[in-house]
Amino acid sequence: MYGLLGFFILALFHLVGVWLQHNGNIPLPGNVIGLLLFLAALYMRIVRLEWVEQAAQFLLKHMLLFFIPYVVGIIAFAPLLGEHWFSILVGIGGSTTAVLLTTAWSARRWKSQPLMDATQAQQSFSSPTNKREERML
Amino acid sequence: MTFSELLLIITGIAATIGAYLLARYVQGRYPSFHPILISAGLLIAVIIAADIPLEAYSAGGEWLSMLLGPATVALGVPIYKHREQIAKQLKPIIISIVCGSTLGIVSVAFMLWLLTDSQAIILSMLPKSVSSPISIEITKVLQGVPELAAVFSVCTGLFGSVFGITILHKFGFRDDMSIGLAMGTAAHGIGTARCLANSEEQGSFSGLAMGLAGVITSILFVPIYMWLIP
Repeated sequence: MYGLLGFFILALFHLVGVWLQHNGNIPLPGNVIGLLLFLAALYMRIVRLEWVEQAAQFLLKHMLLFFIPYVVGIIAFAPLLGEHWFSILVGIGGSTTAVLLTTAWSARRWKSQPLMDATQAQQSFSSPTNKREERML
Repeated sequence: MTFSELLLIITGIAATIGAYLLARYVQGRYPSFHPILISAGLLIAVIIAADIPLEAYSAGGEWLSMLLGPATVALGVPIYKHREQIAKQLKPIIISIVCGSTLGIVSVAFMLWLLTDSQAIILSMLPKSVSSPISIEITKVLQGVPELAAVFSVCTGLFGSVFGITILHKFGFRDDMSIGLAMGTAAHGIGTARCLANSEEQGSFSGLAMGLAGVITSILFVPIYMWLIP
């Protein structure tokens, strides 16, 4: 029921984003501006989740499909890529691996523990029964 | 638009969807195959074998990639759904994306400085970790080659999407937050699309990282512009 309305809303936000990019001199692509505006609209309850959920789920499920033409388009650059294949492969592969590991490592390093665990840990630390258990271990 | 042009567009769209469906079917039976490698590989093979000009395929393909705009906006839905979790982890999210984005630029500059003397390749590859619309704009200011920047962005997304999760698993990262943030920062939309296939939570972190990495990378390049272009 809400499927088509969802598509309309998503396309509308994309359109506004692209328009703002071209007329507002914002150094971000239109789709990211559209995403930020769409998030703001969801937070302010201008757009309700149930209106867009079905359409969003469909588009996100098949997001890889929309990238296929770009990947096929790489062949236009085949001669240049073939000539510099080694430095391109090492540059992209090495740098992407480094970014993946650094981001994942720092996310885990600074991850804050859920509040529940902190209070539980404190309780277990101060409670005498647990202390006894600890000593036994 | 003439009738033959219309036919070309419809054929391009149908061929892409057909290749995609086939790739999803193959992936269902052999999960280690990445659907984008199978479908794009198949289309490239047909285009080369039948000697079809790329423009003839792109006429239809462009119509499909236009849906990428609304699909990117749609990333707001999983981000909004996981807003409480994201608000709780705001500090690791920001720190990890800033670290990852900075290293993405520095590591490419360093490696290519050792490997090649082609100024065009170095300048066009610097913003490779963000999606092509952003990398194109950055490369224009750096006076690199915008088309090449788009290709490098897609190649980076492809590399991250195909090998990213395996690499992260090998190094012991298994939680949705670390994987999602890493994939979104390193491999933008193509990596995010891969995460969405795993879980909505992973996809929401990846989508958030993709958007934030785009903003942060654009800001990180401001001092580089000032240094390169006096």
